[in-house]
Amino acid sequence: MQAFFANPAVSWTLLTTGGILLVVIWVLLSLAFLLLADRKIWAGVQMRKGPNVVGPFGLLQSFADFFKFVLKEIVIPAGADKVVFILAPLISLILAFVGWAVVPFAPGWVVSNLNVGILYLLAMSSLGVYGIIMGGWASNSKYPFLGALRSAAQMVSYEVSIGLIIITVILLAGSMNLSTIVEKQSGWIWNWNVFGGGLNNLVLLPVMVVAMGMFYISALAETNRPPFDLPEAESELVAGYQVEYSSTPYLLFMVAEYSNIVLMCAMISVLFFGGWNPGFPTDFLSSWHPFAANLFLALVFYAKICFWFFMFAMAKAIVPRYRYDQLMRLGWKVFLPTSLVLVAAVAAWRVFGPAA
Amino acid sequence: MPVQAIAFYLLAFVTIAAGLLVVSARNPVHSVLFLITAFFSAAGLFVLLGAEFLAMLLVVVYVGAVAVLFLFVVMMLDVDFAELRQGFVQYLPFGGLIALVIAIEMVMVVAAVATNGAAAKNPLPNASPGGVPNTEAIGRVLYTDYVFFFQLAGLVLLVAMIGAIVLTLRHKPGVKRQDIGKQVARTPKTGMELVQIKPGEGISE
Repeated sequence: MQAFFANPAVSWTLLTTGGILLVVIWVLLSLAFLLLADRKIWAGVQMRKGPNVVGPFGLLQSFADFFKFVLKEIVIPAGADKVVFILAPLISLILAFVGWAVVPFAPGWVVSNLNVGILYLLAMSSLGVYGIIMGGWASNSKYPFLGALRSAAQMVSYEVSIGLIIITVILLAGSMNLSTIVEKQSGWIWNWNVFGGGLNNLVLLPVMVVAMGMFYISALAETNRPPFDLPEAESELVAGYQVEYSSTPYLLFMVAEYSNIVLMCAMISVLFFGGWNPGFPTDFLSSWHPFAANLFLALVFYAKICFWFFMFAMAKAIVPRYRYDQLMRLGWKVFLPTSLVLVAAVAAWRVFGPAA
Repeated sequence: MPVQAIAFYLLAFVTIAAGLLVVSARNPVHSVLFLITAFFSAAGLFVLLGAEFLAMLLVVVYVGAVAVLFLFVVMMLDVDFAELRQGFVQYLPFGGLIALVIAIEMVMVVAAVATNGAAAKNPLPNASPGGVPNTEAIGRVLYTDYVFFFQLAGLVLLVAMIGAIVLTLRHKPGVKRQDIGKQVARTPKTGMELVQIKPGEGISE
């Protein structure tokens, strides 16, 4: 038995599986409360109380909702493409969770320390559109189909600016490995990429602040959050691509959507706000137990994710919905040229600036 | 490594099966979905080779963008595939002949390369030459030795893009378009007019 576990292939498999399980459970549990937080913040802005019946302060509301979804009947509309109809929410959910594989929570706490981690994240978030298109098409109904077409065009458009903004961060860090990107931002707060990544690069501050703002707005569009929730605009398309979905498949769509949102929050934190770095040197952690030190850093990272989730929720509460042509105009005529200029500026600074 | 072997055979099988299903599926949307599966498993094969940058590019560009637009178009087209299949038997011998010739050529080329070509001399191409990650290795080759070809490819794409815009852009007269700059620049002075109307006379245009 001892020899079996000492086998590197077996121990690697067990460790990785354990890591994946930990991350998935952590994300799911966080989602349950972030979902409640979303509704509470939204309610607070509108001077309502929000869910407050199930459990103290409504803390168990998400779990009650979960059981409600799971125990209801799955309705598959007549004329729907059954296989694709069921496959769509599953694909959405899987793609929303595989992205977490490369997110570094603390030094060494990452499921897969991929060399091209940032590209992997971009790839997985761009694949998320398939769940929506397949769901919309397989429903064999007009509103879902229109919602699916809208989301296809919207997500492809905003991926372009997200990709270009990511290039500015890659240029600053000189690496596509997310752990390396975070390590480059260690030390004082001005080492964070949003401030240009170090005092030498402080000239880049206006460039990176703009890049961060555009990344945040593009992330809203990429995750179909208000004000860009046109694929499910309830005043025009009832609920867009998910009109025909009920019970568990609908639940999967919703969990996938929120997982993507939290993943985007994690991405903003990693790329621009130093990931697990608290903004001051962490030398004092060397006297701590390594596990406690990592836990502290992971909590710092988690706090940043929660802050960005709060920003997402506030955008939902405050900003009115965009019209579709305005959305496309913003993506192609404003964000694309601006992000190209940002990439050129950062590249020029890296080649001709003092840090070169 | 047995794990890698299992992964390779799984991915290779899925790629080939998906490829076959692309051409044999009755529903064109299913065909595109199988095509996406094939792209995706091919990206997995790249990862197994150690070429993770190419794998991610394949997923981002082909699966994430090209295939989405493909799916977009196929879903909206209402093609009658029964009608398209009508001439199938008529063209079968000719198509079969072409397929046979291509298959023989491919077998011969692969055999030649494997026995005395590049593959025999250099059995395992190095995914990260000189110890640098293959992203950097590709970048160095692309922007130094092949920079003109790279620029040329960019130009070809630019021409294609401009061509598509020129072919489809039409300014119909009489269509009202929103000009955001004009809207924002609107002031009370330009937007409204105060008129004193004399009773019993009204306004003449």
